[in-house]
Amino acid sequence: MIAKLMLWLDDRLGTSSFTSRAFRKAFPDHWSFMLGEIALYSFASLLATGIFLGLLFDASDTHQIYHGPYAPLVGVSVSGAYASTMRISFETQAGLMIRQIHHWSALLFCAAIVTHMARIFFTGAFRKPREINWIIGLTLLLLALGAGFTGYSLPDDLLSGTGLRIAASIAMTIPFVGVWIESLFFGGPFPAPQITGRLFFTHVFLLPSLIVGLIAVHMAILWHQKHTQFRGPERTESNVVGSPLWPNYALKSLGLGFASFAVVVILGGFFQINPIWQYGPYDPSLVASPAQPDWYVGWLDGALRLGLPIAVHIFGHTIPAAFLPGIVFPLVAFTLLYLWPWIERWITKDDRAHNLLDMPRDVPWRTATGAAILAFFLVTTLAASDDVQARLIAIPVETLTRVYQGLGIALPILAWFAVFQLCRELQARAIQRAMKDPRIVEYVRSPEGGFDEQQPTSVT
Amino acid sequence: MNAPARGSTLQRIAALALLISLCASVGFAVAYSTTESAQLQGLALGVALAGLAVAFSIWGTSLVAQEQVVDQREMASPDWERRTAAAELEAGTHQIGRRHLLSRLLGAALGVFGVAALFPIRSLGPNPNPQLFKTKWTPGARLVREDGKPVRAGELEVGSIVTIFPEGFVGDASSQALLLRLAPGTLHATPDRADWSPQGYVVFSKVCTHAGCPVGLYRQSTQELLCPCHQSTFNLAEQAKPISGPATRALPQLPIRIAENGYLRAQSDFHEPVGPGFWERGG
Repeated sequence: MIAKLMLWLDDRLGTSSFTSRAFRKAFPDHWSFMLGEIALYSFASLLATGIFLGLLFDASDTHQIYHGPYAPLVGVSVSGAYASTMRISFETQAGLMIRQIHHWSALLFCAAIVTHMARIFFTGAFRKPREINWIIGLTLLLLALGAGFTGYSLPDDLLSGTGLRIAASIAMTIPFVGVWIESLFFGGPFPAPQITGRLFFTHVFLLPSLIVGLIAVHMAILWHQKHTQFRGPERTESNVVGSPLWPNYALKSLGLGFASFAVVVILGGFFQINPIWQYGPYDPSLVASPAQPDWYVGWLDGALRLGLPIAVHIFGHTIPAAFLPGIVFPLVAFTLLYLWPWIERWITKDDRAHNLLDMPRDVPWRTATGAAILAFFLVTTLAASDDVQARLIAIPVETLTRVYQGLGIALPILAWFAVFQLCRELQARAIQRAMKDPRIVEYVRSPEGGFDEQQPTSVT
Repeated sequence: MNAPARGSTLQRIAALALLISLCASVGFAVAYSTTESAQLQGLALGVALAGLAVAFSIWGTSLVAQEQVVDQREMASPDWERRTAAAELEAGTHQIGRRHLLSRLLGAALGVFGVAALFPIRSLGPNPNPQLFKTKWTPGARLVREDGKPVRAGELEVGSIVTIFPEGFVGDASSQALLLRLAPGTLHATPDRADWSPQGYVVFSKVCTHAGCPVGLYRQSTQELLCPCHQSTFNLAEQAKPISGPATRALPQLPIRIAENGYLRAQSDFHEPVGPGFWERGG
C-alpha cells in the first residue's frame, strides 16, 4: 500500500532518490535533543486547538450585555471578544478544555523553546556552521513571545487589558517615535477601538505564518547540515552516528509527540488557567490585584518593577524611567544573544566548523556566562510576582523589591564564579574517571630508549 | 530476563497501552456527548494520547532492531564549484556595473521606491499628539461617579475615596480620576494649588505615571495610593508625589471647586499630560 504510493510519487516527482537516503538518515540519541521536538509538538497542539478556537472566537470590541450561564456577570456590559470567550468556556461542548489546552500548550511551547535554546548555547551547537539556525531559532522565540502575548490579550479581560495598557505605555517611552509607534500599532492612543481585531489578525495569521515559515527553514537547514553530536566512540567532526529515521527514530519521536500532547491535554482538562470570569471584562479604570502575566512575559514585567525611578530630561524632552527596563533591557539582551556566535568567535579566535558538541563543563567560561544571563532573567522573572511573595512572607513589598534589585546585580556575578568553579571540578573528576579506565595505559620511556607499560598516575 | 522474554513482555505492555488508548478514545466520545465536565473529557483524551505515547515509545526503543547508522557529512562545496560560482557572479555583476549611469539610476529608483512604499504605514493610526496633552475635563465639568451620578460636597466621609469622571464621559480612560476627602490639614498644598482642593476634597488622575495602570489601591492608614502593576506608591499629603516604586512623577492634580448646590466641578483640565511619560511631554 505505502510502497505503491511511493512508486506513484516517484513516477511523478522522482522522490525515491531523496527518500532512499532519508529513511536511513542518522538521528543521534540524546535526551537533550528532544527539547526542540517538544517545542514543535506543542506548536502542533497550538495549531490544532487554535483552529477550533479561531472559528468560535468573535474578535469584536462592540459591547453587549452578558446573558450567559455565569451568574455573577449577568447584566454586565462586555465586549464581543469577552462574550465569545465566555461562550467557548461555558456553553461550547469541550470548549473549556480546548481553550485551556491551547493556553497550556503556549506555556509549554515557550518553555520548550527556551530550554532548547539553553541546550544549544551550553553545548556550543550555535558555532559555525550553525549561526543561521541560531538566528532563526532566536527569532522564533521572539515570535512565540509575541504570539503568546497577543493571544493572552485577545479575551479582553481585566488582566490582559491591563497588560496591553502597560505594553502601550512602554512603546510610548521610546524617544522620538514612541507615541507614533503606539498609535500606529494600537490605532490611536490607548485604549483605541478595533484593537481586538488587530490583535486577532496578528495572533491567528501574521505570527503563525511567520512561525510556520521559519520552522520550515529551521528544519530544512537542520536536515541539510545534519545533527550535531556529543563526542563518543566512532564519532568525528565529519560524521554523525545515530538511530535511522525509519523506523526507529520516527517511532520514538511519535512517542514523544503523543506524550507531549497527553501532558497538555491532561493539564487542560484538570488545571484551570486564565479564568477570565474571575477577572471580569476589561475596564480602563479598574485593575486586578495581584496582577501577573504569563510566565514568559514575567522577565519584562519584573524588570519594570525593579527599574529605578530615574527619568532623563534633555532639551525639553523626556526619556521616562520605564524606557530602560522596558525597551533597552530586552533590546540589549536579544542583541547580545543574536550576536553571541560572533562574540564567542571574537573571544576564542576559533573560525573552524564544529559538529561535535562541547560538554558544558569543558568550556567553563561560556557555561558560566550562560548561567549568569539565566540568573539575571531568573531574578527579573521572580520579581514579577514580588507583591504576592511579599504578602506570603509578610514583609513590605518595597523591601522585597530592594532585595531583588540587589540580587539582580549579585546573583549573576555569584552564578558566574560558582558555575565556573563547578565546571572546573567536573572536568577534573571526568579526567580522574577516564584515567581509571582499564583500557588506558601509560608508556614510560626508559633512559635506554625502551618503552615500559605502566598504570597511569593520577591527574589532579 | 532473557531478550526474547523481555521482548514479549514489552510487546504485551504496548498491546495493553493501545487497548487502553482505544477504550479511552471511545470514552472521550462518550464524555463529549454526555457530560460538560472538562476533567472527564481531558482525562479520556489524555489517557488515549498517553497510551499511544507508551506504545510508540516501546515500539521504537525495543520492538524494532536497534541499530546505529553513520552518515558522512560534507558542508562546504568543493573548491572548483566555489570558484565557478564566484566567477559567474562576478561576470554578471560586471555587465550590470559597467553601465554606470544606468546602475546608479537603478539604485536610486529602487531606494526611493522603498521609501515611498513605507508611506501607507502612516494610515494605521492617527496623530496621537493632540490627544496626549488633554483629557475630557473642561472648566465647569461636574464630577460624576461610575454610574453617572454627580458628586456633591458633604456626600463623602473624611478618608473616603471614589473614582470619578467628567460628566458625559464615564469610563473615559485618560480622564479617570480619584476624588478623595482628606482630613483637614492632611494635604500640604503648594501655594499655586492653594484653591484646588476646597474643604479637603482633592482630585488626582487615576492613571499611573509609570506604565499607565489605574492606581487602584488606597492605604488609608498612611494616606498612600498604590499601583498594583509595579508597586509605585504615591503620598497623598505631598500632592501624590511618588515615594517608592518605579514612578518618577506625581499623579497630576485636577483643580476643582464647590459650585452651586454643593456640586463639585472642575476648574479646568489637568495642567499637564496624564499617564506615562513620553518624549514630547517635556521636562
